[in-house]
Amino acid sequence: MLHTINKSPYTKNSLDTCLRMAKEGSAILLIEDGVYAALTGSEITSTVETAMKKHTFYALSADLEARGIQDRVIDGIKVVDYAGFVDLAAENSGVQSWL
Amino acid sequence: MADEMDEMMEGGEIKKLMYMTRTAPYGTVYALEALEVVLIGAAFEQDVCMVFADDGLFQLKKGQNTEATGMKNFSPTYRALEMYDVEKLYVEKESMDARGMTEDDFIVDVEVKTSDELTSMMEDMDIVLNF
Amino acid sequence: MKFSIAVHEGPYTHEASDTAYQFVTAALEKGHEIFRVFFYHDGVNNGTRLSTPPQDDRNVIKRWSELAEKHGLDLVVCVAAAQRRGIADADEAKRNGKDADNIAPGFRISGLGQLIEACIQSDRHLTFGD
Repeated sequence: MLHTINKSPYTKNSLDTCLRMAKEGSAILLIEDGVYAALTGSEITSTVETAMKKHTFYALSADLEARGIQDRVIDGIKVVDYAGFVDLAAENSGVQSWL
Repeated sequence: MADEMDEMMEGGEIKKLMYMTRTAPYGTVYALEALEVVLIGAAFEQDVCMVFADDGLFQLKKGQNTEATGMKNFSPTYRALEMYDVEKLYVEKESMDARGMTEDDFIVDVEVKTSDELTSMMEDMDIVLNF
Repeated sequence: MKFSIAVHEGPYTHEASDTAYQFVTAALEKGHEIFRVFFYHDGVNNGTRLSTPPQDDRNVIKRWSELAEKHGLDLVVCVAAAQRRGIADADEAKRNGKDADNIAPGFRISGLGQLIEACIQSDRHLTFGD
């Protein structure tokens, strides 16, 4: 299943709840303000790096670039464009849009 | 409207549909409008369940009185869900514990499920609708 | 593959409508089918033709209308949510005794059943919202 997160982990608990409920091996795509979870060297980084052992993380390039953080992304998070987002939605068995 | 719905529902297989609601009532309209979707959705006779996680479980708190705010108290509607054959109401245990709530706080009977239990349920769904 | 999309937020305040638009555009370019885009909650505000954004900004509403015309997209605004927020087509305006309508080209107003039907009929459903 593909999980999308569109909230900053600093203001909302969407990422935490997603990590509680996502099955091991899920794909997690950070979009909109959710891309702030991809920041390296932050207090969230270790949470995300631990979660990356169970899940594959992706971040939407357009939203990273819009926020000027495209060069500060945790190693191992795959950066995808909108076409890549569509592929992820199609390849996975379903989409859970955490709001 | 009824004819339109009959047409839509004809000949389809039954899908597993989960409504996931994670917002408190009144502060925003999402909880109320989610409930409206669930009530309309009942006409489609799918295999539905409703999950209350995070602040969503506050929708079910007993003793809501909206009089002074001037808003409509829609909490009694959750009691009507059973009549619409929406019988599988789940509250996430972790969210409930974190908020110091217990099953006795809720206006309807719910099943408390751990996040791990909800994980496998969610994977089994055809559709998850989020509010 | 057949996708259905729900947009839960209005234009400009939240990025939801922008992301949904970019997703739909990319999906169409890849040859996927968009069964329906359903606008709910404040998302119904994407369906007003009275929006006038600054010239140097994107026109969220016009962009949806043009995409609908080009690809025959079904853009559905929820009637109950629209009534609350003052989005009306000619029929709705007349029925509710209003002096004007404001629905944008390519959008239509219909019931919540259209959302459930879209989910049932599609291979994937995605929600963009707050």
